Amino acid sequence: MKRLLVLGAGTAGTIVVNKLRRALDPEEWDITIVDQSEVHHYQPGYLFIPFGIYTRNDVVKPRRDYIPPGVNMILSRIEAIEPDRNRVRLEKDNRYLSYDFLVIATGSQPRYEEVPGLIGPEWRKSIHEFYTLEGAVALARHLRSWEGGHLVLNISELPIKCPVAPLEFLFLADWYFHGQGKRSRVELTLATPLPGAFTKPRASQLLGNLLAEKNIHVVPEFAIESVDAEARKIISYDGQEISYDLLVSVAIHMGDDVIARSGLGNDTNHVPVDKHTLLSTQYPNIFALGDAADVPTSKAGSVAHFQAEIFTENFLRYIDGLEMTARFDGHANCYIESGFGKGFLIDFNYDVEPLPGRYPLPGLGPFSLLQESPINHWGKMMFRWMYWNLLLKGKELPITTHMSMAGKWQ
Amino acid sequence: MPTREIAGKVVEVDAEGFLCNPNDWTREIAEEIAREEGIEQLTDLHWKVIEFCRADFKARGESPTLRRITKESGVDTKTLYTLFPKGPAKKVARIAGLGKPTGCI
Ligand SMILES: Cc1cc2nc3c(=O)[nH]c(=O)nc-3n(C[C@H](O)[C@H](O)[C@H](O)COP(=O)(O)OP(=O)(O)OC[C@H]3O[C@@H](n4cnc5c(N)ncnc54)[C@H](O)[C@@H]3O)c2cc1C
Repeated sequence: MKRLLVLGAGTAGTIVVNKLRRALDPEEWDITIVDQSEVHHYQPGYLFIPFGIYTRNDVVKPRRDYIPPGVNMILSRIEAIEPDRNRVRLEKDNRYLSYDFLVIATGSQPRYEEVPGLIGPEWRKSIHEFYTLEGAVALARHLRSWEGGHLVLNISELPIKCPVAPLEFLFLADWYFHGQGKRSRVELTLATPLPGAFTKPRASQLLGNLLAEKNIHVVPEFAIESVDAEARKIISYDGQEISYDLLVSVAIHMGDDVIARSGLGNDTNHVPVDKHTLLSTQYPNIFALGDAADVPTSKAGSVAHFQAEIFTENFLRYIDGLEMTARFDGHANCYIESGFGKGFLIDFNYDVEPLPGRYPLPGLGPFSLLQESPINHWGKMMFRWMYWNLLLKGKELPITTHMSMAGKWQ
Repeated sequence: MPTREIAGKVVEVDAEGFLCNPNDWTREIAEEIAREEGIEQLTDLHWKVIEFCRADFKARGESPTLRRITKESGVDTKTLYTLFPKGPAKKVARIAGLGKPTGCI
């Protein structure tokens, strides 16, 4: 019996075990997946919670419902990976699991403790975040009774998951305060370490214009050094200060500590891999998928999904000693909520930045690329259904894995 | 890729003005790019950081991130922001003739 061990049953891990359980002979292959928590979170849904559009129940489901029969699921924290001995140590009963092949899909998490002054007496009072379920729920409660003032959204450092989510948060905040008749009492500011609104030039310009149209200020190249929570201001390394009434922080993301402890990570505990095959650069029987991997594209669920497809195809060849011919191209595809029931869709990869045009999605689209439209908003709302019902279960999605130039204008 | 002349040498550069080939780099090129970036005079401390980045690139094949420079070069983040204002990692990579750090997508 050969053993495939998958660490983390989030977006990437869940898709992979669903696909591989169908493809690998159960007589020959044992598949085991480990996760520390019983519930699966639909993280893109966190964005909507502060504004009362979604509640906790909309974004959590039992993890087991998404793990297919024939896959062993173990609930435990993973304590260490011992790549030289091909085994993993669990917290539960100090148990060891040995493997022939290992897939690391432990994701990447915001580290608020990396921003000096953020966590203290004002945490979840005048300082909030929405990248965790608890944070999003606490912020919803805070916003319901907030009188208004200066809301500053600060991105501390990259990488972060879904780098458009902070912008969407501001677009939705603009809409929300309008709806409450409070917009004139609220000032909205984005303080970002980037030179503009987004990481890719054309999308950055377009999103920058949209922010300006909605009267959302941008302070670019703001590299936060610390928060003075008592005086309610953030201070940058070069001495700029921004005062706030409500600070919403998006902190740098890092891979789980188990990666660092096991000597498998870079400076931010992300696992170095070949960017096309996702095979570890250190070990020939370890792959890293999703947010856990160090690849130069966005950390996003769409990326985890495209990677899982490529990985599955390659893995079936790799175990038979064949060359891995499928290549991940960095494809990312994000719906961007722009408020007032509208949205954008951007689509890009390692080499091609987001371009305007139309995205042909059979049966649903076309969605307009880099242009605001109501259908894109519905695309995002529908995506939650697709996530739970198609994507996690590894079923065919009406989206191509490699980026296609069809419908794009250059 | 476009080419341009820097400090009397014709070199290939990318759309953002980063050298395409780290071997084209000279100390004179560093001084000229630094001036373009608003740094009039490269001090010993600037050179310490530049040399660290070049050595790290040689060893690992990519430009170090800010976090890595802080951790490994012995120059703290605050000082890096005074030496190379705004985006230190990006600025030092350009001056050191290396590619743009990829940590930021
Ligand atoms: C606010 C927000 C908005 C977003 N919006 C979008 C969007 O619009 N579109 C999009 O495509 N993506 C979006 N994303 C990103 C998307 O949710 C993630 O990129 C995706 O879930 C990554 O999947 P993953 O499998 O790599 O990691 P995850 O889904 O995070 O899974 C990692 C799993 O590993 C487990 N784990 C980690 N360490 C250990 C350990 N030591 N022991 C045991 N278990 C462990 C965790 O419990 C978790 O279940 C958003 C994310 C956030 C936070």
